[in-house]
Amino acid sequence: MSVSAASAFRALRTRGAGRWLVIAVPFAWLLLFFFAPFVIDLKISLADVRLAIPPYSPLLEWTENGMLAIRVHFNNYAFLFTDSLYISSYAYSLQVAAVSTVLCLLLGYPMAYGIARATPTTRHLLLMLIILPFWTSFLLRVYAWMGLLRNNGLINNALMALGLIDEPIQMMQTDFAVYIGIVYSYLPFMILPLYTNLEKHDLTLLEAAADLGARPAKAFFRVTLPLSLPGILAGSLLVFIPVVGEYVIPSLLGRPDQLMIGRVLSDEFFANRDWPVASAVAILMLLLLVVPILLFQRMQRATTEPGP
Amino acid sequence: MAERRNDREEPWKDPGAEPYITIENVTKRFGDFVAVDNVSLKIYQREIFCLLGGSGCGKTTLLRMLAGFEQPSSGRILIDGQDMADIPPYERPVNMMFQSYALFPHMTVYGNVAFGLEQENLPKAQIQQRVAEILDIVHMGGFAQRKPHQLSGGQRQRVALARALVKRPKLLLLDEPLGALDRKLREHTQFELINIQEKLGVTFVVVTHDQEEAMTLASRIGVMNRGEIVQIGTPHQIYEFPATRFVADFIGSVNLFEGQLSEDEPDHVRVRCPELPVPVFVDHGVSAPPDANLWVAIRPEKITMERQQPTGADNWAQGRIRDIAYMGDMSIYVVQLEGGRDLRVTLTNVARKAGEAFTWDEQVYLSWDPSSPVVGTG
Repeated sequence: MSVSAASAFRALRTRGAGRWLVIAVPFAWLLLFFFAPFVIDLKISLADVRLAIPPYSPLLEWTENGMLAIRVHFNNYAFLFTDSLYISSYAYSLQVAAVSTVLCLLLGYPMAYGIARATPTTRHLLLMLIILPFWTSFLLRVYAWMGLLRNNGLINNALMALGLIDEPIQMMQTDFAVYIGIVYSYLPFMILPLYTNLEKHDLTLLEAAADLGARPAKAFFRVTLPLSLPGILAGSLLVFIPVVGEYVIPSLLGRPDQLMIGRVLSDEFFANRDWPVASAVAILMLLLLVVPILLFQRMQRATTEPGP
Repeated sequence: MAERRNDREEPWKDPGAEPYITIENVTKRFGDFVAVDNVSLKIYQREIFCLLGGSGCGKTTLLRMLAGFEQPSSGRILIDGQDMADIPPYERPVNMMFQSYALFPHMTVYGNVAFGLEQENLPKAQIQQRVAEILDIVHMGGFAQRKPHQLSGGQRQRVALARALVKRPKLLLLDEPLGALDRKLREHTQFELINIQEKLGVTFVVVTHDQEEAMTLASRIGVMNRGEIVQIGTPHQIYEFPATRFVADFIGSVNLFEGQLSEDEPDHVRVRCPELPVPVFVDHGVSAPPDANLWVAIRPEKITMERQQPTGADNWAQGRIRDIAYMGDMSIYVVQLEGGRDLRVTLTNVARKAGEAFTWDEQVYLSWDPSSPVVGTG
């Protein structure tokens, strides 16, 4: 860096202008694409449905005697608690997300561990293989699972050809298929943060544990596992949160009698054209997700406190 | 300096003494690289044995083989008479203090120190008592609930030591134990390590690249070079009677000359060095063929510097002071001989005023005692 550029940079830094500039970009992004839509959504969720364009009542309205009236309708939220469809969809979504997260963790941890402990060349190859599926469309990959799981799909045909079963096993439109699809699709989001964490571990700590008399399994549970907690939390959140709102996988592979909340949301918007109720569904889902995020942040603060 | 006490036993001199550690023809290869080359070594109980050498000399590999983190490619290691070949680290009667300390960052000081005892499934009360005891010995009693990142370097070092000692190992391995400490703390800790070692009666094997550290701590030093042990001896033997040119050069600072044997008697030798005006006379014999090429080593502090020409026919040189480094307690003079060769001389600064002291460009005569030079062929 030249002297003048360096001093200019220093001047920027001391004035704090540079720092503000850097923070302003993501801040503006979040304001425009996260906060503004949220406010619009919140506004719609407090409106009443109408057969018009737009299909909801305005929040602010000029009354006949020239007064500005604010009309707020909470009945959309109340409605969510009167129809059992919504409650059961929320509960089912949370259940699917929780089970999928645990499955991803159980499958992903050994994989991430193996990658982190592999030799550098193998490690790059294995990481490549984890990322490779992203090169194909997500939708195509879910369709591919349909081809595998169908009654006359690859798996059933193969099992029947081998004479292991006489009639096809019903796999499509079951919870099983939903879990297969979700675990398959979201596993990389568990593995990558776990790998990033495990790869940084100081292996002398394991030598120290062995030196102090801990067998390898004991050393894993006392040293590696607790130190990988931030990775476990990050991976779990990256799986849990999007799975709660997952739409495509349960729609294509799942049970027709039990919807996930993402499907309910889309149906309200596009099939029912009830924007206010759909918005209320979205807002409530957001609240449901904010709770685990806050918990995560608190736990992360507690676990990262031990420092470097 | 912490001179070892004279009344200390010297078990290596007793042929009947049972060594605590026996390293027999141990070789360790990593691919084509020979890290440790056919090393044999006996270490006795209650010793502080230092493995000293530059980086890559194999000292750490040897230590890791004692701990069980590496297996010898060939040869045997016996600890307390037991062959260590198939014994994993977690079953060895050995504890190690790591160079990086390797404290568990997610555990408190108490958790770190208690970890080893928990592996022995001791009752909780006993663990608490022993942890408290050892933390007191290393003066960390008030820090039990701190996490490692809340401690200074010196405090971490103490915790690492306590963690390694709390299991009461017969053998403690220390990898560059003082490397990360600043000078004042090092000196203090050196003495403390020796005190603790004497109090608990543990055998120490210390790896270090720092000769000063080795000198102050060790009962004996094994100097390593390229995977081999080149000399084993007390700090005094290593410094005053280096067995090879490498040891002479590696330990302390030294003036080394090439020379030819011109006179070889049982009680003295004369060596002619092309870089010196008169021969070097040494009051002990060497066993070397006539006209053999020798090296002669003279320590800087064993050289006398004066303004008058010495009278003797041997053991002096003439030159000009080219450089002076004032160190406080002493000064290092670089004297350029007439042939162009530099000689290092150190003088203790006895006088406080600078009036009489030697100065730059002064012509001086250097001389030394016949007992001072070390002569060798290796």
